[in-house]
Amino acid sequence: MPGDATDTGRGLSRRGFLLGGAAAGVGAAVALGADRLVGAGAGLPDQRQAELDAAGLNGARTVTFHGDHQSGIDTPIAAHATYLGLRLLERTDREALARMMRVLTDDAERLMSGEGALADTEPELATVPAALTVTFGFGPELVRRAAGAAAVPAWLGPLPAFEIDALDPRWSGGDLLMVVSADDPVTVAHAVRMLLKDSRSFASLAWRQDGFRRAYGSEVSGTTMRNLFGQVDGTTNPEPGTAGFDAVVWCTGTGATAWVSGGTSLVLRRIRMNLDTWDEVDPTARSFAVGRRITDGAPLTGSREADAPDFEATTAAGNTVISPVAHIARSRPVDSREVIFRRGYNYDVAPAGGGVSETGLLFASFQADVDAQFTPIQRRLDEADLLNEWTTPIGSAVFAIPPGCAPGGFIGETLLA
Amino acid sequence: MNAVLTPARLGALAAVAALSLSACASADEPGEITITDPWVKAAESGMTAAFGDLTNGTDETVVLVSVDTSASPTNELHETLSDASGGMSMSQKEGGFEIAPGEKLTLEPGGNHVMMMDVTEPIEAGDTVDFTLTFEDGSTFDFTADAKDYTGAQESYTPQEPMDMDS
Repeated sequence: MPGDATDTGRGLSRRGFLLGGAAAGVGAAVALGADRLVGAGAGLPDQRQAELDAAGLNGARTVTFHGDHQSGIDTPIAAHATYLGLRLLERTDREALARMMRVLTDDAERLMSGEGALADTEPELATVPAALTVTFGFGPELVRRAAGAAAVPAWLGPLPAFEIDALDPRWSGGDLLMVVSADDPVTVAHAVRMLLKDSRSFASLAWRQDGFRRAYGSEVSGTTMRNLFGQVDGTTNPEPGTAGFDAVVWCTGTGATAWVSGGTSLVLRRIRMNLDTWDEVDPTARSFAVGRRITDGAPLTGSREADAPDFEATTAAGNTVISPVAHIARSRPVDSREVIFRRGYNYDVAPAGGGVSETGLLFASFQADVDAQFTPIQRRLDEADLLNEWTTPIGSAVFAIPPGCAPGGFIGETLLA
Repeated sequence: MNAVLTPARLGALAAVAALSLSACASADEPGEITITDPWVKAAESGMTAAFGDLTNGTDETVVLVSVDTSASPTNELHETLSDASGGMSMSQKEGGFEIAPGEKLTLEPGGNHVMMMDVTEPIEAGDTVDFTLTFEDGSTFDFTADAKDYTGAQESYTPQEPMDMDS
């Protein structure tokens, strides 16, 4: 099964949660820590043993590299992700692209298995894979150089211009995308360094965007994340492993674009969130803007996050409970095809100028067809969405994500071999 | 002369070994020479080097005496030793590298390596380079190495200033 996390990862996290819940949290963790004295915990001072979580150490978890699909899409989302956008050098032609992807594939494969890359100068840093994934994507220029304009899917290119956009070229576009994610930031740093070193002969780094979510083990795996507005963000995502997910995400190209079959597309939007003006908004108004309660993510017409919103329900005064211009009202599918799979991360970087924060969301969505699935939603949000008051897209990029590969193959071989 | 070491067969084995770390021969059957993770430092021209872990899976000691590759007309087997000036320097290994049965010769940056003296055509990252190793008994072993960009493995490394041991 491509890109499945090892059983230990998922199984232990679930078991750890159940035990923790049943035996009142900390007590259970301490007891299990003591049970593990002969194992990893042996030799540590008492103080440290109490800190071990119930599942033990997690750094050895690996995600399978080979398969029909690349990892980092339907695999469990990791705590840290770095998005790298590269520009191809003038001289990088089809032949060089194949060499580049062979080298980078080999790096990803070895690093994800917890060993150093070939000619790794710091292989010691690779021994804690922490569910590392590396995902490659191609921009239109790379596809053109590889196989001509006919091979570029119709949806692969800049999105239409939107009124709400204030795009900065430093966060936009790109010929080659690499997404490195893991539950350990040291692992990410090492893999990023290795991959960028090995791409220098072919491409230069155009931008880098670092994102984070809750640390591994802080919450039950699969908990919908909260963005830095405090908003539960990512409800109603398709569930990996279901037929619905497969239909939403995986491409079925034919003819000149058959190379992307089994792959997908990524829309990456850097969305600045203005926390200073959001601070001025009281909880009720925040919930009204989203259409969900900030406290727990439940729709304003429901009681739990999983409840389906009732967009027809009205107040005593005759208005809909969920505003027609609330975020969830505007972003819901009008056509049944308008479904996307989101995999977002927070960013929080040093502010420029006099502010105290530069914060936002690395909005990432996967879909089989950007034009049919993503763009209609974005168009509606552009026309009206109460959240636009506090959010501004400042970066935008679209990539084709080629399918996975079997042992001995390389990512991009359907285009380059 | 070890009849097991036919180039074609060993070439295929080397390809397998490059994919799998566990491709070593078992102790019970007549083993083979294998190489794990062979790679060569990409170079425009001139000198560069090749590396990998060479394992003697046979039941006899072998002595690696020479290396050939079409990528460079002249190649040497080098070792790295500390020299009188307090630095490290590399020189040709007299008599070649002896590998006892079951032992591994590690060819790595800063250590023993295959020195390619005169690269004629650029070796670019992602290229593959074919090598033939010749042992003292005349047997040979073929393998293919992947080229990687690498800024270490400099043939002579001379610190610009005396090293500060406290830092």
